[in-house]
Amino acid sequence: MIRVLALLAVLLLTGGARAPILVPEISQHRVEVRQGFTGADLLLFGAILDPGGTRAAQDYDIVVVLKGPVQSIVLREKRKVAGIWVNADNTEFRSAPSFFAIAASRPLRRIVDEKTAAIYELGLDRLQLSPIGAIDPEDQHRFSAGLVDLMRRQGLYREDDHGVTISSQVLYQARIALPSQVRTGTYTAETFAIRQGRVITSAVTRVDVSKQGFERFVANQADGNGLFYGLFVVAVSVAMGWVAGRLFALI
Amino acid sequence: MDVYLPIANLAVNGLVIIGLGALTGLLSGMFGVGGGFLTTPLLIFYGVPPTVAAASAASQVTGASVSGAFAHARRGGIDYHMGAVLVAGGVLGTGIGALLFRLLQALGQIDTVINILYVLLLGGIGGLMAHESVTTLRAQRRGVAPPARRRRHHPLVASLPLRWRFYRSGLYISPLAPLLLGMATGVLTMLMGIGGGFILVPAMLYILGMSTNVVVGTSLFQILFVTMATTMMHALTTHAVDVVLAGMLLVGSVSGAQIGAQFAQKARPEQLRLLLAVIVLAVALRMAVGLGYRPDEIYTVVPL
Repeated sequence: MIRVLALLAVLLLTGGARAPILVPEISQHRVEVRQGFTGADLLLFGAILDPGGTRAAQDYDIVVVLKGPVQSIVLREKRKVAGIWVNADNTEFRSAPSFFAIAASRPLRRIVDEKTAAIYELGLDRLQLSPIGAIDPEDQHRFSAGLVDLMRRQGLYREDDHGVTISSQVLYQARIALPSQVRTGTYTAETFAIRQGRVITSAVTRVDVSKQGFERFVANQADGNGLFYGLFVVAVSVAMGWVAGRLFALI
Repeated sequence: MDVYLPIANLAVNGLVIIGLGALTGLLSGMFGVGGGFLTTPLLIFYGVPPTVAAASAASQVTGASVSGAFAHARRGGIDYHMGAVLVAGGVLGTGIGALLFRLLQALGQIDTVINILYVLLLGGIGGLMAHESVTTLRAQRRGVAPPARRRRHHPLVASLPLRWRFYRSGLYISPLAPLLLGMATGVLTMLMGIGGGFILVPAMLYILGMSTNVVVGTSLFQILFVTMATTMMHALTTHAVDVVLAGMLLVGSVSGAQIGAQFAQKARPEQLRLLLAVIVLAVALRMAVGLGYRPDEIYTVVPL
């Protein structure tokens, strides 16, 4: 907060530039996933000023997007075949974000038009998932809607039309909760200042989500050192079974 | 008590997992089965990814069978000769299971196959057990001794070539029969995360015709080694064994197994078997209903 106020002071004194000035900040740039991690609450905040250094936010809408690392996925669809539900169809997406949260100061539909929304991926129905291979547009729409619905119910995709609050027409803030099952990697937090349906300026900050300590060690061993890891798990299970047998024999 | 699982990438309530381990441990102590047939589906239901659930449940079965196997070894209740053949088959089976697992995963049909296998196996074996224990209980009520079953191996087993002597089992049969049986349980262990005890025990009794005093010990011996092989196989191929999850399941199951063993000494075996049959049938029924009803999630995401 102090940093932002200092920046504000500097901006107020100097002013000058033509485009509005957007100063984004995030409550923490590192999220450490370690024992007891149950998710994190990120505060994305910042200030927006006119070039002259005056209050500007009444003219702008603010949209904040927090996006996790993208991944290539196969999305399978179940259908009833001969009385039972089986995976009957599937499609592949090259760039499905593992996490996507978007918050706006007003309902998105009223802030931007279709075209702008599509360009900047503003909205869960505007995600650029890059389907692989030729696919019928109708099917594609059904699959991407299915993916968004699934991820949304898992808490990994969310859209909040009133998630950004603007105070004193200068400072904006939005709270975004990361659930515990988020993937690790580099997350980007992008802030857009929008006026009359056009994105005037935007700014990006990054959040690094990574496993630390014991969790990091375990994940590394399991991936890179399968033999040792497997032997360790087997030894632990045998030892625990044996110790329990011994302990209970004493009772 | 929130615990973060580093491989499943998920925070869970540790007490729930320990309780789950205790429940299945209790079953394994009471009935001599692994209890994996309950762990895997319940973990998936709790939100753990299916592969991680199957991979981590196997090590829990290892822990639960260790003390039982030691106890039987002290009493001389293990036919090591037979056990070695079964283990060899089982290890081969886990290898085949790993290939099948990958193939079915690529086809996207792994969940369906696992569910159908559960329904068929649990339904079939649960039905047989229920039938048998009800007949025995009825006969006892009438005061008539149940008709003694003549111990004999299945005619198919006798037709296999090459014969070995298994002294403790009191058998002179082809080693191919236990090898194939071991292989079948190995495949199932890999695919379903179950120990295979509830298939192995009846098969040893009614197909191989082994003498009853070595059946449970030898089956525990086989399960112990096959689940170890399964854990290794998962650690090397799917990288999905979660040591934190396995540890919590183990804490519950090894204590549950001891308590279950105490119960088992007090109860009558026919009643125990009927109870197990009811539990097994309930799980099978739940799975069968699940196949026919519209699932909660139509879509599933698999990383490419």
